[in-house]
Amino acid sequence: MTVTILFLGPLRDLAGKQLLEVEGPLDWSGLLEAVGPDVAEQLGEQRVNVACAGKVLSDKTRLNAEDGDEVALLPPVSGG
Amino acid sequence: MARLTIDTPLDVRLLDKGLSVGEALAAFNAANGEAGGVVSFLGKVRPDGDVRALELSHYEPLTLPGMRELAEAARDRFALDGALVWHRIGVMTPGEAIVLVATAARHRRDAFAAADYLMDHLKSAAWLWKRERRADGWHWIEPRRHDHEDIARWE
Repeated sequence: MTVTILFLGPLRDLAGKQLLEVEGPLDWSGLLEAVGPDVAEQLGEQRVNVACAGKVLSDKTRLNAEDGDEVALLPPVSGG
Repeated sequence: MARLTIDTPLDVRLLDKGLSVGEALAAFNAANGEAGGVVSFLGKVRPDGDVRALELSHYEPLTLPGMRELAEAARDRFALDGALVWHRIGVMTPGEAIVLVATAARHRRDAFAAADYLMDHLKSAAWLWKRERRADGWHWIEPRRHDHEDIARWE
């Protein structure tokens, strides 16, 4: 079992991939390291959100993903 | 052809292909027989410069649940009889419908305000990402400051 990191919207292009599988557990510093410097820089911005297991984290720096969880990286939205 | 059935009081959908506006509004109207007024808004892909296509992507665990919460908030805030919130995902071409919102209320001002509220929130708070294909390829669309000013009106 692993933690799946999913890149949404423009972060997919920045990462050059749709998803990345890493060994769990995964915390904030582990996430920053796993995604590479370009995506990590974006994650530092307040307007980029992180969801874990289908819930948006109110404080993304307290990420604590277990094996089997999906961690979604959510850039600013543009609907309608 | 099976008749379109509308969930009441809230019908919230993500659609991966074209939507029939007339059929949806007729069914929504029929489902809200007690309402004094129905307001609808149809958002379309603007034929703009060299934009050839537009693509909306979503995130399954968040997008539809978030739209449902938004519809519930609108119903409570504006005392709606019902609301229809349909959003396209996938690839669309200029002139195609992207979003259809309809609100039914006892009085027209609630229905107008609720449709406006729903649209402002769909534009800048729904979990959707938009990109455009122009002559030189795909470009992600950043949210505009205007969109955030629109949503701030409701705080």
